[in-house]
Amino acid sequence: MLYLIEQCLNGIQLGMLLFLLAAGLTLIFGIMDLVNLAHGSLYMLGAYFAATFAAVTDSFLAGIGLALLATLVAGMALEVIAIRPLYGRDHLDHVLGTFGLLLFFNELVRLIWGPAGLTLSLPPEMLTAVQILPGVYYPLYRLIIILATFAVALLLYALVMRTRIGMLIRAGASNREMVGALGINIKLLYTLVFGLGAALAGFAGMMQAPLSFVQIGMGENILILAFVVIIIGGIGSIRGAFVAAIIIGIIDTIGRAFLPDLMRTFMSYSAGSSAGPALSSMLIYTLMAAVLVFRPEGLFPAARR
Amino acid sequence: MADALLEIEDLSKRFGGVVASDAIALAVPQGELHAIIGPNGAGKTTLISQLAGEIAPDAGRIRFAGRDITGLPIFRRSQLGLARSFQITSLFLDFAAIENVALAVQAHAGHSFHFWRAARSQSELRTPARAALARVGLAGRADVVVSNLSHGEHRQLEIAMALATTPSILLLDEPMAGMGPEESARMVKTLRELKRELTILLIEHDMEAVFALADRITVLVYGRIIASGTPEAIRANAEVRQAYLGEQEQRHG
Amino acid sequence: MSGRLSPRNAFVAGVIAILALVPVYAEATGNTFMMSLFTRIVILAIAAVSLNLIMGFGGMVSFGHAVYLGIGGYAVGILAKEGVNSGLLQWPLAVAASALFALTVGALSLRTRGVYFIMITLAFAQMVYYVAIGLDRYGGDDGMTIYKRSQFGGLIDLSNKTAFYYLCLALLLATIYIVWRLVHSRFGMVIQGARSNERRMRAIGFPTYRYKLLGFVFAGMLCGLAGALLANHTDFISPALMHWTRSGDLIVMAVLGGMGTVFGPVIGAVALLVLEELLSGITEYWQIILGPLFLLVVLFARGGIDGLLSGVRRG
Repeated sequence: MLYLIEQCLNGIQLGMLLFLLAAGLTLIFGIMDLVNLAHGSLYMLGAYFAATFAAVTDSFLAGIGLALLATLVAGMALEVIAIRPLYGRDHLDHVLGTFGLLLFFNELVRLIWGPAGLTLSLPPEMLTAVQILPGVYYPLYRLIIILATFAVALLLYALVMRTRIGMLIRAGASNREMVGALGINIKLLYTLVFGLGAALAGFAGMMQAPLSFVQIGMGENILILAFVVIIIGGIGSIRGAFVAAIIIGIIDTIGRAFLPDLMRTFMSYSAGSSAGPALSSMLIYTLMAAVLVFRPEGLFPAARR
Repeated sequence: MADALLEIEDLSKRFGGVVASDAIALAVPQGELHAIIGPNGAGKTTLISQLAGEIAPDAGRIRFAGRDITGLPIFRRSQLGLARSFQITSLFLDFAAIENVALAVQAHAGHSFHFWRAARSQSELRTPARAALARVGLAGRADVVVSNLSHGEHRQLEIAMALATTPSILLLDEPMAGMGPEESARMVKTLRELKRELTILLIEHDMEAVFALADRITVLVYGRIIASGTPEAIRANAEVRQAYLGEQEQRHG
Repeated sequence: MSGRLSPRNAFVAGVIAILALVPVYAEATGNTFMMSLFTRIVILAIAAVSLNLIMGFGGMVSFGHAVYLGIGGYAVGILAKEGVNSGLLQWPLAVAASALFALTVGALSLRTRGVYFIMITLAFAQMVYYVAIGLDRYGGDDGMTIYKRSQFGGLIDLSNKTAFYYLCLALLLATIYIVWRLVHSRFGMVIQGARSNERRMRAIGFPTYRYKLLGFVFAGMLCGLAGALLANHTDFISPALMHWTRSGDLIVMAVLGGMGTVFGPVIGAVALLVLEELLSGITEYWQIILGPLFLLVVLFARGGIDGLLSGVRRG
């Protein structure tokens, strides 16, 4: 039972990270009408920056802070250099172009940091567990992730619901004239929004880094999940993305935790160990398939554009 | 009273707080050219979109040739004889004009699960396509890629494509939008000829054209019909003048 | 086609001629590596051409097309492991399994559009990838060796590398011809029209969904056949066959070679794999050039190599 609670919380934690990625994608798509396959690369860069800066400064927090800054700058630079020519083109061009960037970043990372990957260790203070319920202990760091990402989610909500820029997102404005009519410098806005999306992705990457790994290609797997989140939650809907992210996070985590054992009762040990994770991945895709069949616009579709 | 070809009953649609269609009721008999006019934002295009099947109404029914088509998908309505043109031109830009129209012909020439014979060499598709182009005056431009045609030619092509689907009714959404006086006059002439054999529902801002062509006119303001009748009756209607015609006359001098 | 031989058509003829002569050259010089490389090129060209049917002509960018290489390959591999070695059973089953999967995935995915379609095809492909990893009996993550190639009785011996190469080349030429006919038929017009302006297609009366779905199935079937060939070529199958990066390779081939023509992807397959061989000899980080190069192609030479040859800038 305690194990179940722990896994549920882990699921929520994964869900929150997925939400950060999905929200970043939705932001960029909503304002600039741009599809960005290299979003996962920014997730990866965030993790690599954090690991590097933490090692150099010998401080976890400094590492995170510097990495956030670096990812923001990298995102903005990327926008100015490579993303701008893509605006206004059809989505296929976006996908192809950013796919090229994805290949580039994977190789760049390999060139700079080598193929082996890095580690990002937590400072000793964060390695404790916290009592969240009588007799129930949960790792402090994972709790921090949940709270931190939730705070970011609230900030995003405020941004989307309470500001002019947020109004643009909700209106699905990819219309430069309308944006300009509101007295906003379009080029700067786009660069900042892209940077924000990049920072969100990078933040998710560096938060996740101490728990799992920092390696090439880490962005792609989670990017697919982020898109599944958007599809299940409803295209263009931040609220939908939030709910869907939590659901998927929990399903994925609980599936990975319990399915292998369940499988092993039916089949051989090694077969069960292989089939378990495969099945839990399949669960999510099956859910996505079900949504597509019964409710193709998603669980919480955004208001019609 | 003969059954109207197109009957709209109590059609209503809102988008959030905005009422786009407010219990619209209209009957268009066969052979009539019925014009819908009204200020911008009156819900005219929304009406056409609901008739064509792109938007589902919140309430109300649409009957075509006696048959309830309210729930039918877009392509099915086209197959039944409903053709529409788009307010903002929607063509196959990378294809030649003749290929655009030939596609419209092909859509109504049985199923397209034919995988071997080259479509471009099939005269049963090309010949009606050329005929439709000729009707709107584009015969000489048949082999030009659509992205190289002028705006006025795009509007003509829209009509040709609608015609090629051998419809019983044409839903035309501002066919003369953005046209100069010469092109508009040519379009009016085309529509006058088409009037003889087709029922037409016409949305237009060009008042000269409307009064020259329409058998009856309906005025839409904020999604509601405020008047419907013969052109003379509409011209004389005080409420209409106030809401719409007055400003139109001022603008067109 | 005009009677005059344009530069582009001469180039195409030249490529086909080179492909036809590879075994002759390989035999003469004893260069078996070249045979192996070009067999792989020809097989992947089949896959790329099949992808382009739906991508270039249909506007359906599938980021999970390599899954059919896997399905076709695993059909051959699994049957071989279970003692069924007849190619006449394996290959039709490979194609049928691909058709079934394409039908299912297509039916679901085609309810979405644009980038969501792309990501969903990717998601389903990854799903099969994970399933394959979970197939302990058939090698799981490590993959499985195929000890006996598909048997065709006295008709052809696939262990004969030259015979196998010419079979693959013949199938490539057949694929090109079939796709060419499909694209220009009434069916092809619907697919192309749906790519150009789907809203308009529906407005004139086409139930576009069913045609796109069928196109999706055709593409899957052809790629499944390529998968069966690939499994025979490498005598090995593994989940890596259908990793999303393989799907990415196919997309790069189609775009680089030229999405606007049936033959374009063949050029792309040759270009990409030959480039890969040449550049990896110079530096192991050659992919760092490929990424930005690809972006430049997308921005400025959208019609790919084939497009450049024909003087066309956009695909």
